[in-house]
Amino acid sequence: MKKIVVDGLKYKYPLSEALALQDISFEIEEGEFIGIIGKNSVGKSTLCQALVGLVPHFYKGAYGGKVLVDGLEVRNHSIADISRKVGMVFQNPFTQVTGSKMTVYEEIAFGLENSGLPREEMRQRIDEVLRLMRIEHVKDHSPFDLSGGQMQRMAIASIMAMKPDILVLDEPTSQLDPAGSEEVFQAIQDFSQQGITVIMAEHKMEKIAQYCNRVLLLHEGRLVDFDTAEKIFSREDLKDYGVTAPVYTRVCRALGVKKQGCDGYPVTLEDAELALRRSFA
Amino acid sequence: MIKVSNLSFSYSPAGPSVLSDINLEFDRRTTAIIGQNGAGKSTFVKLLKGLLKTDQGEIFIGDYEVKMKTAAELARQIGLVFQNPDDQIFKRTVLDEAMFGLLNIKIGKSTAERLAVEALEMVGLEDKLAVNPHDLSLSEKKLLCIASVMAMDTDIVIFDEPTIGQDHAGMEIIRRIIQELKKKNKLVMTIIHDMDFVAENFDRTIVFNNGKVLLDGETREVFSQKEVLMEANVEPPGVTQLAERVGLKNTILTVEEFVQECGK
Repeated sequence: MKKIVVDGLKYKYPLSEALALQDISFEIEEGEFIGIIGKNSVGKSTLCQALVGLVPHFYKGAYGGKVLVDGLEVRNHSIADISRKVGMVFQNPFTQVTGSKMTVYEEIAFGLENSGLPREEMRQRIDEVLRLMRIEHVKDHSPFDLSGGQMQRMAIASIMAMKPDILVLDEPTSQLDPAGSEEVFQAIQDFSQQGITVIMAEHKMEKIAQYCNRVLLLHEGRLVDFDTAEKIFSREDLKDYGVTAPVYTRVCRALGVKKQGCDGYPVTLEDAELALRRSFA
Repeated sequence: MIKVSNLSFSYSPAGPSVLSDINLEFDRRTTAIIGQNGAGKSTFVKLLKGLLKTDQGEIFIGDYEVKMKTAAELARQIGLVFQNPDDQIFKRTVLDEAMFGLLNIKIGKSTAERLAVEALEMVGLEDKLAVNPHDLSLSEKKLLCIASVMAMDTDIVIFDEPTIGQDHAGMEIIRRIIQELKKKNKLVMTIIHDMDFVAENFDRTIVFNNGKVLLDGETREVFSQKEVLMEANVEPPGVTQLAERVGLKNTILTVEEFVQECGK
């Protein structure tokens, strides 16, 4: 089932001359885990915001084309309606924090309160996401006393608690150490395996390669390619888009070792190991 | 250049110790500080910069004990780029922000402007002098913070996670700046989570774990000690792991080294 359909989307921020998004079309199936890559300021965050309705409802500006999220046309529905289907984790957790709550626990409750959930259900969900994101020990702290990494975990927890059908994340692990970011990726993958559709803008190419079903490459507001990680990271012209392939792909490309049964180079540690062992043998 | 002896620190007298019994000396090698969130890395560099005061132990920069100097005096010697740019930025334009430190150490206005613009050119923000810093993207804000500290031309430059939110182009700018500072014989110290970047750019690596120094040495030597790194929950760089898995003998730090080793 098509969970997201974007058809000829064009968008220009108010006071800006250039289009931030130019004629973008793609479809995403239910339960897919999609990575959005590209250099900074090519429209990754704008595209994320177009999926949750902040573009155009919050930012205004000129808008053309269509975005359908689980059948709802984003343009014709309020952010409140859309928020019941799609949750978004902001790039900077500091901007996502409401500022109106005294503790991490209450902060996570914010969205749930606003959607009128019964108290018991709220408690259950909050406890679950606190555990999942491993921030139980700071649940009574003020959101502003957290470290960058803890705040980012709280930001993700607040959205996961809403149990959206579709989860949009904008560089959700930028503040985390490698072990923490692996943990968060695994938690998101668990979500995705429960059938939730996940869309993530990210610069950590090794992670994109490891976790995403398909990768969407953006450049100057246009969609360049939307394919498997092997296909995208094996493109000869990847550098022109300001993207570096995972280190495993770069090693295999330099040695001319392709992935077995596929025309591209390996993109993960495991695949690179397999391919290299075969070529050394 | 910096000598740290028997340093311990906690945020409150009764609280848990964040750093305990740190002994380190810094020379002019580029140095990466790695370790998990909460290991004490940021606290450590704030102590070096005099933003926090030591509980126990001493920190000497050259002949001076850090505790005896004011933050303003230290500003001429040691620059720190904060982890969160919003903690550092507060002026109305990019140029004012980059000039702020210079004006505070009583540099004349025209010189300050020249130095600030030079630093902004290094990070590629020279066409945004009049822009309000809060309208910049996260990665641009980080570059502005780097430029503001670069402009001060201090002997010691510390970065706290400079590569957050940077794309390939941003990473290249930071790489160039580190090389440039090294050429000028300055001490560059960086807290960082990107191990591949560490392997490619830093001579020395120090691993913090639970407020203690777990490993300290040449980067290659540090990344060859997989088991000890695991204690600190740190994985060697991807390319190092791949080399080990396919049975290359030496500790590999870059793609080029990997390819060379295979050609042997």
